[in-house]
Amino acid sequence: MILILAATATGVAAVIVLTALGNGARQFVVNQFSSMGSNLVIALPGRNETTGGPPPMFGSTPRDLTLNDALALKSAAGVARLSPVVIGTGPVSRGSMSRDTPIVGTTAELQRIRDLEVAQGKFLPAGDPRRAVAVALLGHTLKQEIFGDAVAVGEWIRIQDRRFRVIGVLQEQGNSFDLDWNEIVVVPVATAQQLFNTQTIFRVLMTQREGSDLPELKQELHRIIAQRHDGEDDITILSQDSLMKTFDKVFNALTMALAAIAGVSLIVAGILIMNVMLVSVSQRTGEVGLLKALGATKRQILLLFLNEALLLSLGGAIVGLLLGITGSALVRQLYPTIPAYAPEWAIFGGVSIALSSGLLFGWLPARRAAELDPVIALMGSK
Amino acid sequence: MIELTDISRHFTMGDQTVRALDQINLTINPGEYISLMGPSGSGKSTLLNLIGLLDTASSGRYLFDRQDTTDMTDHKLAELRGRHIGFVFQSFHLIPRLSAADNVMMPMTLAGIDIAQRRERVTKLLQRFGIADRADHRPSELSGGQRQRVAIARAMVMQPSLILADEPTGNLDQRSGKEVVEQLEALNRDGITLIVVTHDDDLGQRAQRQIKLVDGQIVSDSGASEPMGIDHLLA
Repeated sequence: MILILAATATGVAAVIVLTALGNGARQFVVNQFSSMGSNLVIALPGRNETTGGPPPMFGSTPRDLTLNDALALKSAAGVARLSPVVIGTGPVSRGSMSRDTPIVGTTAELQRIRDLEVAQGKFLPAGDPRRAVAVALLGHTLKQEIFGDAVAVGEWIRIQDRRFRVIGVLQEQGNSFDLDWNEIVVVPVATAQQLFNTQTIFRVLMTQREGSDLPELKQELHRIIAQRHDGEDDITILSQDSLMKTFDKVFNALTMALAAIAGVSLIVAGILIMNVMLVSVSQRTGEVGLLKALGATKRQILLLFLNEALLLSLGGAIVGLLLGITGSALVRQLYPTIPAYAPEWAIFGGVSIALSSGLLFGWLPARRAAELDPVIALMGSK
Repeated sequence: MIELTDISRHFTMGDQTVRALDQINLTINPGEYISLMGPSGSGKSTLLNLIGLLDTASSGRYLFDRQDTTDMTDHKLAELRGRHIGFVFQSFHLIPRLSAADNVMMPMTLAGIDIAQRRERVTKLLQRFGIADRADHRPSELSGGQRQRVAIARAMVMQPSLILADEPTGNLDQRSGKEVVEQLEALNRDGITLIVVTHDDDLGQRAQRQIKLVDGQIVSDSGASEPMGIDHLLA
């Protein structure tokens, strides 16, 4: 009996804790996205439609997305801020020290779009983005590697064979867009294009104006590019919204999968209930025979054993529920950033599956008991 | 009240057919005290089970209280058993988890009788059989004689018209056995039909009517009702 209680309780607790973890992870990612600003819109070259997945790896890009194209997108009514980005790598050196490092070419507006904090000096100057000025900002780690504790602002560095004046140092920060922002050099976008000898913009980051309609904005961005590319609408627009939806889907699927795995343990518990009940019926054959002699109908015997199975699984479900809730609370205590709360459907579902598996697997032994021949049953226990 | 006509009970074991009862004709009137005797395997327990509606005949007709039980549903048979027949077994058959009072109460619980009436009747019966002070004890805490008295109280609780006792003293010492028999006979004096299966000649001889079985057939019946038999043959 304790075995049945333990098996059912473990199953229910597993459903609750695992779905709480899945749900917590989803909420964690959503929170991270929200902290980035949920109004981010990204344009990238290439026509391949995606719904928030990774940018297309293959596919034709018949025309480059140029700096002028990027700046033209600013005319869309729904765009609040816009910053074209070019990314490449190149050697950055000072004196005898040199290292290859990611180089990000962008404009002054990126600071506001990405909420970049400058530790020393200032960010890229506002002004015509087409002007290739030889100034650079250094990521926190890169500055430490090249300058150590010395002041970097106002000093000169080399990127490839060109000299750049350091105008600022970024504050330490996390990864984003697969880049470690502590390791990079930021230069004006036109300068980066010259360095990498390219016309193409890697990404255009935009923020959506408050109150504007996202589908309308996307439509307008496509229209502007189509107009400039002789009718070819060859950019892909990603929004925070669609990225979030994708993550949401992924994490919901993950949570469901975890719930299903845990659910299997409830089925196992059900089989255990069946085995224990079968043993119980064979041990209580005499009792069944007696009850029949005393006037019990088949239906009464069936209900008696079904009730026992139901009570056992109910007991297990209640213990499991308490364990699951405690387990989730423990996860939240240990990892406060993960809001590990089991969704209501998982709690309800876990308990329901436990009860129905108890009933389902209790049916066979109960039926066997109800069908026992009273004479044989009474003889069996003599 | 009980009328068995050409009752046979066959069991098939592999390719062999065992005739446990063969063409039994028997009429039992209300209030009779009957002992069923015979060697092991003579069919006396099978006959008791058939009379008690726990088993059904392979052929023949059984009228219980003028109702033909031949084609009765399991449900109806269970109802008749519960309301009209009390069983007393050699090995008591008490439910070990339940107290003496709850064991006695069980037939009423199955019949759906309300709790107040159940308690009242159980208390009276336990007093009558001298085990009121053992009401809350489990069977394992009772002596053999006390257990059988609980079983008799249970058999009586639905106020049946027939009590079937299968070797009721078989597991008891002489003194307890005598007490149990006296209690069963007292019930018979109150008008309840009593049928006792026994190996014990002394016990068998106490009955007003002794029926002896051998190889599934009645070989002697001290109180066979001839007129009924003749009626049956003429019918």
